Amino acid sequence: MAQHPARRIVVIGNGMVGARFAEEVARRDPAGDRVGVTVVGAEDEPAYNRVLLPGVLAGDYTPDDIRLPVPQVPSVAVRTGAAARGLDTARRRVTLDDGTHLDYDDLVLATGARAAFPPIPGLAASDGAPAPGVTALRDAADCRRLDALARPGGPVVVLGGGVLGLEAARALARRGMRVSLVESSPWIMRRQIDRPAARILAEQYSALGMSVHSWRVAARWIPGTGLELDDGRVLAGDALVVTAGVEGNTELAADAGIETEHGVCVDDTLATADPRVHAAGDCAQHRGGGAGLVQPGWEQAAVLADRLTGTRPEARYSGARPVTRLKAAGIELTAMGEAEADDTAETVTIADPHGGRYAKLSVRRERIVGAVLLGFAEPASDIAQMYDDGAPVPADRLALLTGRPAPEAEPQAEAAADPTVCRCNAVTRQDLETAWLDGSRTRTDIAEATRATTGCGGCTRDVDALLSGWNATSPVAAT
Amino acid sequence: MNTRTHCPYCALQCAMSIESGPDGAPTARPADFPTNRGGLCRKGWTSAELLHSPQRITRPLLRTDRSGAFAETDWDTALDHVAARLAAMRAEHGADSVAVFGSGGLTNEKSYLLGKFARLALGTSQIDYNGRFCMSSAAAAGNRAFGIDRGMPFPLPDLAAADTVLLAGANPAETMPPMMGHLTAPRLIVVDPRRSATAQYALDHGGLHLAPRPGTDAALALGLLHAARTADLLDTDYIAARTTGFDDAWRHAAAFWPEQTEQVTGVPAHRVREAAHLLGTAARAYVLTGRGSEQHATGTDTVSAWINLALALGLPGRDGAGYGCITGQGNGQGGREHGQKADQLPGYRKIDDPAARAHVADTWGVDPDELPGPGRSAFELLDSLGTGDGPGAMLLLGSNPAVSAPSAERVRNRLQSLDLLVTCDFVMSETAAMSDVVLPVAQWAEEEGTMTNLEGRLLRRRAVLDPPEGVRTDLQVLSALAVRLGQPAARFPDRPDAVLAELGRASAGGGADYAGVTPQRLDEGEELFWPVPGPEAGTPRMFLDSFAHPDGRARFAPVSHRGAAERPDADYPLYATTGRLMGHYQSGAQTRRIAELDAAEPRAYVEVHPDTGARAGLAEGDWARVVSRRGAALARIRHRSDARTDTVFLPFHFAGDQAANNLTNPALDPTSRMPEFKVSAVRLEPADTAPTAPTAPTAGG
Repeated sequence: MAQHPARRIVVIGNGMVGARFAEEVARRDPAGDRVGVTVVGAEDEPAYNRVLLPGVLAGDYTPDDIRLPVPQVPSVAVRTGAAARGLDTARRRVTLDDGTHLDYDDLVLATGARAAFPPIPGLAASDGAPAPGVTALRDAADCRRLDALARPGGPVVVLGGGVLGLEAARALARRGMRVSLVESSPWIMRRQIDRPAARILAEQYSALGMSVHSWRVAARWIPGTGLELDDGRVLAGDALVVTAGVEGNTELAADAGIETEHGVCVDDTLATADPRVHAAGDCAQHRGGGAGLVQPGWEQAAVLADRLTGTRPEARYSGARPVTRLKAAGIELTAMGEAEADDTAETVTIADPHGGRYAKLSVRRERIVGAVLLGFAEPASDIAQMYDDGAPVPADRLALLTGRPAPEAEPQAEAAADPTVCRCNAVTRQDLETAWLDGSRTRTDIAEATRATTGCGGCTRDVDALLSGWNATSPVAAT
Repeated sequence: MNTRTHCPYCALQCAMSIESGPDGAPTARPADFPTNRGGLCRKGWTSAELLHSPQRITRPLLRTDRSGAFAETDWDTALDHVAARLAAMRAEHGADSVAVFGSGGLTNEKSYLLGKFARLALGTSQIDYNGRFCMSSAAAAGNRAFGIDRGMPFPLPDLAAADTVLLAGANPAETMPPMMGHLTAPRLIVVDPRRSATAQYALDHGGLHLAPRPGTDAALALGLLHAARTADLLDTDYIAARTTGFDDAWRHAAAFWPEQTEQVTGVPAHRVREAAHLLGTAARAYVLTGRGSEQHATGTDTVSAWINLALALGLPGRDGAGYGCITGQGNGQGGREHGQKADQLPGYRKIDDPAARAHVADTWGVDPDELPGPGRSAFELLDSLGTGDGPGAMLLLGSNPAVSAPSAERVRNRLQSLDLLVTCDFVMSETAAMSDVVLPVAQWAEEEGTMTNLEGRLLRRRAVLDPPEGVRTDLQVLSALAVRLGQPAARFPDRPDAVLAELGRASAGGGADYAGVTPQRLDEGEELFWPVPGPEAGTPRMFLDSFAHPDGRARFAPVSHRGAAERPDADYPLYATTGRLMGHYQSGAQTRRIAELDAAEPRAYVEVHPDTGARAGLAEGDWARVVSRRGAALARIRHRSDARTDTVFLPFHFAGDQAANNLTNPALDPTSRMPEFKVSAVRLEPADTAPTAPTAPTAGG
């Protein structure tokens, strides 16, 4: 067979999805026979794990700890510090901000998303640059900025009570900051959990030393002072962390005439309207959702690698069933699907505000359609797996939450009457008693007669107890 | 009659004595030994029954028409026939048209002579063995990390002094009960999708049971490393002084923070942290792996992920801590060292290494160029039988692939397509029953030899009894065939001691060096752990000063989690996983013929969660048809309310339409060529009828 030159794949974006795509390709095509990959990243530093940035703030990781693996194969090249400026889909060419260009056979847009700043006076200068003390928490530069601003013992305000805001708040509190958190909607994590759960969660945050202000709109940021709310109160803050949502980086695609809405529109093959241009991760918009979470982005990277290397041309991305798992030390919160399912669902709810626990499980046609689990760490993982797999729930739904099955029927009488004592050698209590009646008085005798205790030894205590009981009733040794 | 030997079954190789029972029949009794400490499991207690079983084959059996019955014949006729057919096959189709399939149950001497027989008497590269289905992933990962593979590089009794022991995919409470005697003091962390007896023991004694989704063990190991690091539990001095490659390994583990690990494995994040804490704060800790983590198409990387965890915590090469794999078959360790593996020469040498070839060729008195190169791995070999470029004849010792190979129906079809199948066995196993020639061979208590147990400890098997009249030893069979194939008799000794002496010379200077092993030293009770290069003491604890790589350091492997080759879908919505029962061994060819063991578990069963059974319309005790993309197995429903609702479990000791391996996936590990025994996607259906085939074919056809 003739040797073909490897096809050229250009990836725009060296974040969690772009870097993972390169890794997935290297795994499928380690020799680079099929494709060569060039990853272009706007940031100067090597790819890193954005999800763990709150952990860097909290001191769990150093910035170096969260760097992503770089495939050690000659067919993958990474160019950092280079941003794509233009895309010409007719010539299949990407122009970079250093004036160079890259030609591609297939293009993968993994440009991610950026923090959205709400229109609050004082937040940003007229050119859009953040005001002094204001930062997002999207990238390593944000993290460094915040690291310099957030001195232990000092006050800090987090604007936006979604998942990232809550994780950032908890990380800053662990760092020793006095944290206030402001959420403009009626309750925190409004998109993932219901109001009763949010109330208990807010109490837990308060107990951990943070103040939570739900349904409060920020009026203005006063550098050096703090954040003024719509009711006139001022929350002290050396820094303001804006975690009020993101917007996809879609400009490159939009300028090239590719259809975008809030993200770059892709079908189940993750292709845009241009079959040679693909998108994955936070910049992509798929009918099945999934933007904003890393797991769907990673699944998309794997599907694209399957397709573009020809390993599995039939691979498709059919959408995500995302499970939200809050990463906040001391809090176990898992949420998925509909937090407020309607009456067509069968819902089990357990609320224990005093114990700081809440569980809600909604089921339709034996499948989980939504769950909110706060302080139910053990069942949460089982429920998340069933939701993820679309697997049927057990008949006893309360037991699924509490781990306590409904009482079963009495065990069979004969099993109860003659239980197995030594499983390794299938010796029952009756067998032991027979041996005792035949004169076995010590554990050695019993082992000799029945083999009990000679396997794993786990029954030794039980055998000793039975023997001492029988020996006590009949102190005279049998002849 | 009262002579000490060791059990015929697993790698624990419990010491036993064979005595005359009340009826004069031989009976096994436990003997004191550091490994079994006077214990035996049910299989050991009943093992002597097969020595005088009416189901034993004691005459060579031959048939020229495979649809016909076997006829008894004499040894000369049988051996002449086999040798003539093998020679004709080789003359017509080349040396590689003849294959050899060995076993991790064979003694060191047999393993060695079988490899020599294949390479010299047959000149074939086509030799592999059932240990490929057992230890290959652990071996590959161990070699990669430490530069050598001795399953447990420390004596088993060391475990008793540990604070914490993690068991990944191992169930010794059922598969090696006397081993549990060493695990009563440590806190146990058991990793198993199933609430196994070992998992239950851990929970009952203050330990942990982590139940990952089948096929996600690697993610769990990476997650434990991640959690240990963020809790500041790593031994950074050890990592710096004694290892290489941590940074690259960490980059992959960095993607498995506890919540992400939970999402992939289903093990709650707080349990991941708790397990990391238990293991990382222990002064003396061990990480042990078993087949549950290893028998996957990602088995090598999964074991590497567990070894990475052990290295990061500074365990291997320290007195009172370490990593080990729990070898399965009786001589699963020695059997993987002396050349019955497709890519290997004696002394754990590589067959493509010119220096290794030169040394072994010199020992054998041949030119290195006469030695064939590497052959196919076990499944690839079985799958090639009777095909265009695959072997047309096979000699089989100590194995029953018709039951034990993955995708067993496909393998049975391949076995059927052979022009010649010759099986050496002492009972009519399912594979023997498919053969053209069955050669009756001696059993464990009827012949001398050495075994290397799961610790790398050399053991002496003794001939307690004479074999029945008409039965020969495997060594005698190989020697007689070699002579008939034109080899000098001196090149194929049939006395175990002579073979051991030659094995010592052939292995000298290799990784597994047996040069100093002699029957006398073993008879005198010396504890010999390999390497034993000379008359000085062996090596009970390896790596205390340095690892076996040239730089003396252990290597982290940059591994990630890839997941199972096959995932459940709408047609096959459940995971099936397989394993051993307390009362049976491997393909069941031996244990299904022992009355007490057969009576206890006579039929296949499938463990299911009651809800899972109910959804398929199946109640306790019903016969179910378990169906995968490769085939179906019949099994009776057994409810387990502690089972995962997405996973069913089948023991693999049953044959025919009850064989669990009818279901299993032959997707192979890229490094070890281990098949994916432990994860298949299946569905449950009510069976139309109960199985009809007898579980144990008998002699006479």
